[in-house]
Amino acid sequence: MDAAEGGTQAMNFDFSDDLKQLRDEACRFLRERCPSAAVRRVLEGAEPYDKRLWSEIVAMGWAGAAIPEAYAGAGLGHLGLCVLAEELGSALAPVPFSSSVYLASEAIITAGSEAQKRAWLPKLASGAAIGTLALAEGAGRADVRKLRTTFRNGAVSGEKLPVPDGDVADLAIVVAQGERGPALTLVDLKAAGVGCTPVETIDPTRSHARITFDDTPAEALGAAGEGEALLRHIQDRAAVLFAFEQVGGAQRSLEMARDYALERYAFGRPIGSFQAIKHKLADVYVATELARSNAYYGAWALASNAPELPVAAAAARISANEAFFVAAKENIQVHGGMGYTWQFDCHLYYRRAKLLSLALGSTRLWKDRLIGQLETANAPL
Amino acid sequence: MDFDDTPEEAEFRAGARAFLEQNAQRRAPGSGLVYRAGNEDPEFRRHAKEWQAKKADAGYAGITWPSEWGGRGGTAIEQVIYDQEEGKYAVPRGLFDIGLGMCIPTLCTWGTQAHRDRYARKALRGEEVWCQLFSEPAAGSDLAGLRTRAERDGENWVINGQKIWTSGAHYCDFGVLVTRSDFAAPKHKGLTYFFLDMKTPGIEIRPIKQISGQSHFNEVFFTDVRIPDSQRLGKPGEGWKVSLTTLMNERYTIGGRTSVGVEDIFELARKIELDDGPALKNEGVRDKLADWYVSSQGLKYSHFRTMTALSRGETPGPESSIGKLVNGTKLQNIAAFAMDLMEQGGVLTDPELVPLAAVFQQTLLTSPSSRIAGGSDEIMRNIIAERVLGLPADVRVDKELPFNELPTGKGKGRT
Repeated sequence: MDAAEGGTQAMNFDFSDDLKQLRDEACRFLRERCPSAAVRRVLEGAEPYDKRLWSEIVAMGWAGAAIPEAYAGAGLGHLGLCVLAEELGSALAPVPFSSSVYLASEAIITAGSEAQKRAWLPKLASGAAIGTLALAEGAGRADVRKLRTTFRNGAVSGEKLPVPDGDVADLAIVVAQGERGPALTLVDLKAAGVGCTPVETIDPTRSHARITFDDTPAEALGAAGEGEALLRHIQDRAAVLFAFEQVGGAQRSLEMARDYALERYAFGRPIGSFQAIKHKLADVYVATELARSNAYYGAWALASNAPELPVAAAAARISANEAFFVAAKENIQVHGGMGYTWQFDCHLYYRRAKLLSLALGSTRLWKDRLIGQLETANAPL
Repeated sequence: MDFDDTPEEAEFRAGARAFLEQNAQRRAPGSGLVYRAGNEDPEFRRHAKEWQAKKADAGYAGITWPSEWGGRGGTAIEQVIYDQEEGKYAVPRGLFDIGLGMCIPTLCTWGTQAHRDRYARKALRGEEVWCQLFSEPAAGSDLAGLRTRAERDGENWVINGQKIWTSGAHYCDFGVLVTRSDFAAPKHKGLTYFFLDMKTPGIEIRPIKQISGQSHFNEVFFTDVRIPDSQRLGKPGEGWKVSLTTLMNERYTIGGRTSVGVEDIFELARKIELDDGPALKNEGVRDKLADWYVSSQGLKYSHFRTMTALSRGETPGPESSIGKLVNGTKLQNIAAFAMDLMEQGGVLTDPELVPLAAVFQQTLLTSPSSRIAGGSDEIMRNIIAERVLGLPADVRVDKELPFNELPTGKGKGRT
């Protein structure tokens, strides 16, 4: 019986004191170094990401938090990464953390050969290289069996759009059509035949690019013929980490709305004394707590390499997509007209919420995946 | 992060398992829940009392009660562990929830040691069953608007008025009762709290027929019912404070109960054929199932977080109350959607004629109560907004006015 399933244990279902301390330190650091003014500098400026913040983050070892020490990582494990993700999400940190850490590094940890790990993980941990995952090929479902990008004879050709942090990345895990089905490939973006143009998205605080490959040298990542399963596994792992970012963002949106509801008066009372507002925020709270609890279970499955990971990750993903979007949109609503201005920060969270909810595939896709898992694995309900 | 017992918890669990294994039958997997409807059945009540006595004698009733109440003096996590283990056995449940969860803790908190000695042990062993006489036709969510009258007459109080929604009034031995003893005081300040023998002359009990056709609740009428002053809990006028002790325990008691669940709607979706194959393959159906699964899992792991707090000796906050809010609506929506899948045949209620023995049809008619009883959805949202998020309390126009000067409106809610 699944330990988490039978109700046979009393529980230690929380982060350890050490990790809570790490979370508090991360929170203090980001409050100081990543206030909304920093996010706005990226929103309004020419820089694709906050380079100073990024260098401080990698210097603290966060990028290598879950990278084993043998590859120059901090070896904090995935639970450590989860608490950092929550704080990065809360601060809307405008850095390529999710692409480089949850996707590229995790893909190499999971599927890389010894040589690939040695070549890339130390660089990813130290910030000497930024990585990303290139999957989408324009609007519409990225069906891995119908990708137009090809991988033949050690080279990829095709176009990926949008690639998160593609304009600043040194390395991309490119998903392509290989000779034996979908394949994960590892591409040095400094290599010949790579064209890269930044593209505009709904959230300019996180840069994205269109990348073209013209017979660009690429290495297979993982065994041939296993690309699809591998991609799913990488997405499952990343879904948990993204979920923590989203929970952090949802929680912050809720706090902003609560604070404003206390301070804004209408009809002679704080608007937070009206049930229309109270009940709305209670619902946001419920969605956020459910998402947090699902993310915790995902964290457990991720950190313990549990066979429940696909179900836990899907539940965490669906729940987090829902919670962050509802929290961000209702935060604007509670702020009224001011929430719709550029000047207030509400839109920063609204943009990020929608961006993250599509970063790994939509809610619709993950719901189908979840039910598929429950059907076949006959997982406990 | 793991799901393991501490050594002390593991030892307690082993003891509970041994007790249950010796004294109860294991529940067959998927055999469903024991419904509260059982309380209406005298045979069920006889079994429930027998089981309760065994439990009490073995020290598994009143696990968290202090020894002065006749309890075990254990921890909240031990209660959770016992409940987890007992959940695997087919034992009668529900008859003593209100008495042991709400009434006796109030009596023990506000009463004398003599009260505790006389009543707590008997209630714990199931020898005496207690009910709660709180709600009135014109006082539901706004409980403090109650108007059952208590007048002092020497060493007695004389009670006149009406209570409603009293579960089990007709088979209970005792009840706790909150009344208004001062109509000129502001509403929260004129209340007085008693307990009484349900066989006292002047009490008339009438069952309420619910929309499900069943009758789990009663109206209770009081005509010159005399209660000795020694059965007053708290001072005259302090009844609201005493009531809060009772109510604090209510949401815990009610929040834990469920009827149909996600597994039932999955089961149905496997069985039912739509135009394009099994319902489980239909995208619209999968979308709904995923939502319900995810929210159920979210609640389950929220519960685990609460248990973790208990296991560490912390007190979980009001955030643990989200379960009731989420489950009520979910039950209702699952029932309605399941019936949609059955198309017109979904209206049938004969267990022989519709899938899963008509549990969805039954739930459609019982689920509205899960959004009302023990704190309506609206009250729960207020609690979350005020106690968790720190938003202001509702503006009250009635707080300082004498009760007999308050506007009352026309909606009496009488049945």
